[in-house]
Amino acid sequence: MQAFLNQKTITAAFILLAVAFPILTQNNYFIYIVTLSFIWMIGVYGLNLLAGYTGYLSLAHAGFFAVGAYSLGILTVKAGINYWAALVLACLITSFIGLLIGLIALRTKEHFFAIYTLCVGYILYLVIYNWESITGGVRGLIGIPAPSNIGPISFQNPLSQYYLVLFFLLFTILMMYRIVHSLSGRTFIAIRNSEELAQTIGISTMKNKLVVLVLSTFFAGLAGALYASFIRFIGPDIGYITITFDLLMYLLVGGIGTLAGPIVGTLLLVWVSQYLQFLQDYRMLIFGPLLTLIIIFYPRGIVGAIYSWKMKLGKKAKRTSDRGKSSGHDKGTGSMAEKKVEEG
Amino acid sequence: MLKVTGLTVKYGSFSAIEDVDIEIGKGEIVVLLGSNGAGKSTTFRAISGLSKPSKGKINFEGSLIGGKSPDRIVQSGIVQCAEGRKLFPQMTVYENLIMGAYVHRRKKTQIKQAVEDVYELFPILQEKKHDTAGSLSGGQQQMLAIGRSLMSHPKLILLDEPSIGLAPLIVEQMFDVIQKINKDGTTILLAEQNANAALKIADRGYVFESGSIVVQGTSEELYANDAVRKAYIGA
Repeated sequence: MQAFLNQKTITAAFILLAVAFPILTQNNYFIYIVTLSFIWMIGVYGLNLLAGYTGYLSLAHAGFFAVGAYSLGILTVKAGINYWAALVLACLITSFIGLLIGLIALRTKEHFFAIYTLCVGYILYLVIYNWESITGGVRGLIGIPAPSNIGPISFQNPLSQYYLVLFFLLFTILMMYRIVHSLSGRTFIAIRNSEELAQTIGISTMKNKLVVLVLSTFFAGLAGALYASFIRFIGPDIGYITITFDLLMYLLVGGIGTLAGPIVGTLLLVWVSQYLQFLQDYRMLIFGPLLTLIIIFYPRGIVGAIYSWKMKLGKKAKRTSDRGKSSGHDKGTGSMAEKKVEEG
Repeated sequence: MLKVTGLTVKYGSFSAIEDVDIEIGKGEIVVLLGSNGAGKSTTFRAISGLSKPSKGKINFEGSLIGGKSPDRIVQSGIVQCAEGRKLFPQMTVYENLIMGAYVHRRKKTQIKQAVEDVYELFPILQEKKHDTAGSLSGGQQQMLAIGRSLMSHPKLILLDEPSIGLAPLIVEQMFDVIQKINKDGTTILLAEQNANAALKIADRGYVFESGSIVVQGTSEELYANDAVRKAYIGA
């Protein structure tokens, strides 16, 4: 119970902080960076559901991100559709392409799935790069409109865009929380655990994997569409492999297969890379070894490390209370440890 | 109830089992005996749909199930309790049980009753319902694996080496429970290396050797068969 309250207050504090952040800094550059981080987080959450909870590492997510961005761009700039309709359509188009690719890609497993999706991502990039009449080719698309007004609310300035993106991020996190803590979430974890075992208890693995892929690409598409309307310009490089690896790095550092991981990893790495900008590409000399160390010592990232550390403390507390006296006290810590397992 | 005829399963060009015939009547306990790699597990995999048979028929209550997907086969009433006590280690005991009722996931009251039934069969699982499955002992994990397979209300349960790696006393308890599950109306197909214990509770048995059935008969016949005694009972 105590742990639950704790978790609730922490979540509330973070939301408050996120809401108050622009007022606290008043610095437009900071607001810009954090907005961008929020957009990446949505994409990372999408990747997390597939790679973290279901165990299928997709390396095509930059491609899906770009599909979302370009769908929004083309629908608003070339077809002149209302922004909000285009936003919904962009997500649906991305999911649909995800579904088609999934029908083939999900017949492969593990490394083969990763390699296959790596190719898919590159093909998506090439299509965007070469389909000049629609995507504008290497020149990209310019003049993508900002979100159109909802009643009296306008989304022309950075501040209102910040809150819009924050809204979508909170929506994404809420969705993820609901999915992960439902039977579907446990089904995905079961597939990650052992696909064969999942089958023997009657789970249709192909159907469930397709659902995950569709959901995952939906959020990648949402992130891409928000990116397009925030930056107002998109080029084919947003679909390039490096973006996939950026997303993956945020996820791995934060904690793959954890709910808080995408937030922690993205915020940390985006900030660090902003601070190290003067080093240009030599930044990778720092990131590379750091990432390797994290994967070796903390395979579930920063958040995973915190959980296992808390679990250890919980066990120790339980042991001392066992030695102590009442069983009522024992129950309290027991349920606390259990809560943490669930979170992890 | 289940009739397997001429079943052949190939891994590449290698036949893991060849021309296997098995018949199980409703309410029976039938045991498959044989050493490692004799083909017991492959037979199970073919029945539960994990491996596709390359030849032969599997008839379950009048419909052919050979080659169907595993989830369909679970829905039709056959569930496999995998060898090696495969669980979802980071989920709690209770969550593992709930996962076992996946095919009935919309019938909430039925699931609740099924959980109670499993707790009655294995009281220790109720005590440990909030512990993660990975923290259980070997015997408890085997109980959970069996309990989880019961959650789908199977008509036929395939138990792959339930005694493997367990202390003798626990093995005895496990076979008692298997007998009890059978008395409650579930047909059981058992794969075992522990012939002595298995033949005590089984009605009939088949002996596998390098992919084919070499001997079959009632438990008494197998128990009296010299070759079987030498190879699997050691007396």
